Amino acid sequence: MGRIAELLRALGARIVDIWIWRLGFATRFLLITLRESGTSFRRFHLTIREIYFAGVHSLIIILVSGLFVGMVLGLQGYDTLARYGSSDALGVLVALSLVRELGPVIAGLLFASRAGSAITAEIGLMKATEQLSAMEMMAVDPIARVVAPRFWAGVISMPLLAALFSAMGVFGGYLVGVRLIGVDEGSFWSQMQAAVDFREDIVNGVIKSLVFGIAVTWIAVFEGYDAPPTAEGVSGATTRTVVISSLAILALDFVMTALMFRGI
Amino acid sequence: MMTRKEIDLWVGIFAVIGIGAMLFLSLKVANLTTLGTADTYQIRAKFDNIGGLKVRAPVKSSGVVVGRVGEIRFDNETFEAVVTLNIEGRYQFPKDTSAKILTSGLLGEQYVGLTAGGDQVNLKTGDVLKITQSAVVLENLISQFLYSKAAEGGDKNSKAAEDGEKKK
Repeated sequence: MGRIAELLRALGARIVDIWIWRLGFATRFLLITLRESGTSFRRFHLTIREIYFAGVHSLIIILVSGLFVGMVLGLQGYDTLARYGSSDALGVLVALSLVRELGPVIAGLLFASRAGSAITAEIGLMKATEQLSAMEMMAVDPIARVVAPRFWAGVISMPLLAALFSAMGVFGGYLVGVRLIGVDEGSFWSQMQAAVDFREDIVNGVIKSLVFGIAVTWIAVFEGYDAPPTAEGVSGATTRTVVISSLAILALDFVMTALMFRGI
Repeated sequence: MMTRKEIDLWVGIFAVIGIGAMLFLSLKVANLTTLGTADTYQIRAKFDNIGGLKVRAPVKSSGVVVGRVGEIRFDNETFEAVVTLNIEGRYQFPKDTSAKILTSGLLGEQYVGLTAGGDQVNLKTGDVLKITQSAVVLENLISQFLYSKAAEGGDKNSKAAEDGEKKK
């Protein structure tokens, strides 16, 4: 009995110390970031600089992957739909799968590995080289000056990147479906327009990408700020950012899909 | 290191193409321009059986989408399905318009088809369509077919029997 109780106690302590403590710390950190984010809008060029690094630098990978995902959807979708004699519905398949799921999710995963890891590494290194402490010494709040602009830049960039991904994907599906295979162009677009709803599909997709943007950048700035100030600590934090935010995206996506598209 | 002007320029380009992509999705993919949710009127139609009709299914007249199915509920007094149709305001129909539940293609989605009547007065919000035709249910169709086949077969047998009688 004593051994089992001891094991359970150790497990409980581990959960409290590692998970709950960190979750609470991360939530407080998010609240402080939100409270201190006035500066990122008053001095908007700080945020613009971060949008440049998080958003503009992710453009190439987002556009290219969007195009290829759309083209693959076109090929695979045509193959399956042609068996049921309904290859005219290719536009519907490509557009709905991109706008509802693949656009936000894949753009989120790419954003987490392209921009999230960079944010964590940058903040972690600033901490390791005591730049953050130096700021505090000069009475500059590092959360207002370093963390909040990066957070808002990610939140702003993510929906734009997801929309670009979906748009490129639809274009890729059009290239393969209409230009390469020869699905009728009129029915490709008109069936798509009849099936895709603005409120149900487009707006829900944007909401998803916004939530992913908040989750990914929150995890990234927190892991960077919380990283042990050593080379090993920063590298571990960067890895954790990618792993945790990818898992968070997939879990949040399931929850939001269950809430949004249950009735359809 | 890039100057602030260059960064501003790139972020501006990023914002413009990002918003452009959202507009493309809204206008070209979802065809927002023809939505016109503001200007619709609601009419109701009662059906014995709606088959697989779903909320937001199209309402078509002569094949043109004129509205959407707004609400489907069950009337517990007449034991009928009550379907609310949101018709776009620019399409007016006479009062004796009839509604049918049809299927697009062999396996396609179900929609409501309106056939205009000849009445002078037009439908307005809250009106109920008098003439409706329910969805075709495959099981009923098959059982009707089998029933008629069986009846046919029965006729043949009795005729054969009669012929046999005569030959004797």
